[in-house]
Amino acid sequence: MINQVVLPAQHGVSTSNSIYNKRSRISDSVLLVLIYLCASISILVLVGIMGYVFVRGIPAISLTFLTSVPSTIKGTFGIIGNIVNTLYIIVITLLIATPLGVGAAIYLNEYAKGGKIVRIIEFTTETLAGIPSIIFGLFGYVFFGITLGLGYSILTGALTLAIMVLPLITRTTQEALKTVPVSYRSGALGIGATKWYMIRTILLPSAMPGIVTGIILAIGRIVGESAALLFTAGSGYLLPKDFFGKVFESGGTLTIQLYLCMQKAKYSEAFGIAVVLLVIVLAINGLAKFLSHKFNTEVKES
Amino acid sequence: MNTNTVKISSSNLNLYYGSNHALKDVNLELYTNKITAFIGPSGCGKSTYLKTLNRMNDLVPNVKIEGEVLLDGENIYDQRVDTTLLRKKIGMVFQQPNPFPMSIYDNVAYGPRIHGIKNKSELDDIVEKSLKGAALWEEVSSRLKKSALGLSGGQQQRLCIARALAVEPEVLLMDEPTSALDPISTLKIEDLMDELKEKYTVAIVTHNMQQATRIADHTAFFLVGEIVEYAPTTELFTVPKDKRTEDYITGRFG
Ligand SMILES: Nc1ncnc2c1ncn2[C@@H]1O[C@H](COP(=O)(O)OP(=O)(O)OP(=O)(O)O)[C@@H](O)[C@H]1O
Ligand SMILES: [Mg+2]
Repeated sequence: MINQVVLPAQHGVSTSNSIYNKRSRISDSVLLVLIYLCASISILVLVGIMGYVFVRGIPAISLTFLTSVPSTIKGTFGIIGNIVNTLYIIVITLLIATPLGVGAAIYLNEYAKGGKIVRIIEFTTETLAGIPSIIFGLFGYVFFGITLGLGYSILTGALTLAIMVLPLITRTTQEALKTVPVSYRSGALGIGATKWYMIRTILLPSAMPGIVTGIILAIGRIVGESAALLFTAGSGYLLPKDFFGKVFESGGTLTIQLYLCMQKAKYSEAFGIAVVLLVIVLAINGLAKFLSHKFNTEVKES
Repeated sequence: MNTNTVKISSSNLNLYYGSNHALKDVNLELYTNKITAFIGPSGCGKSTYLKTLNRMNDLVPNVKIEGEVLLDGENIYDQRVDTTLLRKKIGMVFQQPNPFPMSIYDNVAYGPRIHGIKNKSELDDIVEKSLKGAALWEEVSSRLKKSALGLSGGQQQRLCIARALAVEPEVLLMDEPTSALDPISTLKIEDLMDELKEKYTVAIVTHNMQQATRIADHTAFFLVGEIVEYAPTTELFTVPKDKRTEDYITGRFG
């Protein structure tokens, strides 16, 4: 028995039940043009601003600019003190905020049983995220600076910023924990893991890309923050004499120095700092991309 | 060899998911070194019953459980029970394969590590033994360090069986362990269960009646949360006492 294959007769393109019926709709093309237009405008704006900052800022950058502190005697200007202060603030803020934020997220997602307390805490975190940063500055100045007597210091600034980025880290960690499938949890608990063991070995590793993203976003906010720091960390620009002692001394970050330069109409220095800040932010974003990609592929392929 | 020692017995077990009365007065005994099969139409509470036996239902919000489940005479719903120890004794293979996002080796070693085994060569032995036990060793021995998520569905299911075997439980609960497997792997798993009952007590949910007749010593027929009939397998399939059992096993039941 040979099965005969019957080919359907070739239909004309216009036949009503043919699948060759694609008509281009005008509304579709108009929409497409609009979308491309919006996309190009936003890219142009971004490139324009960056270009302008780089063109004006790069001439100000020199070895002295990057590796010295301002000197009235020599009449030179440099930002190494501010770079170091920025690093101090980033590290200390994260040391405080990461364990708190991740811990809070674990509590909210895994332990609290969706009751009133959880809703109150979540509402508070959301509100906290929307508060203008100058208010954190005011609170930090009064509470950490005056009441606790820490004065203008890196620690005061870092504590203030820790409160500010806490919601961000909590939120991103919570989102990351939510994406871990229930079946992983029951699988682990089902062979006798304690809850905490399951959290350590299954949840946190699976949620790690999300947590890292949260931390990097937090770094971005810390680097870019000025209002909350001006009256907490102060504007010291000298290099630390004592590694740990510095924590209790005043230290202005790059953004604070940028602000001060603008105030004194030192625009070329200001643009120089702006270039350094942009490079840092770009590097952080690149790092975020790289890390989350690395984590993802590690989990899937290793 | 017809002595039946009771390993697990549940009496007047009732379970509610919110207002859904999912298990109604379930009285059932699982016997040591025997395989017990649970059959019944979809949604009748087989998985739910299996999960009450190692308290996995505790994780479901709004669940209410009444009654008693005794493991070697101890009530597993007693307040003093450490669910970690309970679940080490009563292992479970879930209906959906759920390997962890880590290497094949780490998946199998996960349980032993919980229970404190750190020695590398000891772990190696357990991993090899468990994977062989689950008829998966041949296929994965060369890529133990590769992610378990890269395995096929059937391989993942056998990996989950290996993971459960690795903690050497006393009771093994399997929820449709072969529903995602081809006939050859299915036979391997069935042979495996026959070996397992030498050491363990096994309970298995299955939609495959032939499978129940092939492997199970006893079979329970569930219908909307109740046990209609519970008897030695040959008896249940040849001379069912209840009309509804007969209808179901002869396929005259929706
Ligand atoms: N986590 C849960 N929350 C609420 N209701 C549930 C839950 N799990 C199961 N149920 C309900 O309990 C009843 C029994 O479900 P169960 O999963 O035990 O059925 P089953 O016999 O295993 O079915 P299947 O053969 O399809 O796996 C069903 O009505 C189901 O909708
Ligand atoms: Mg089921």
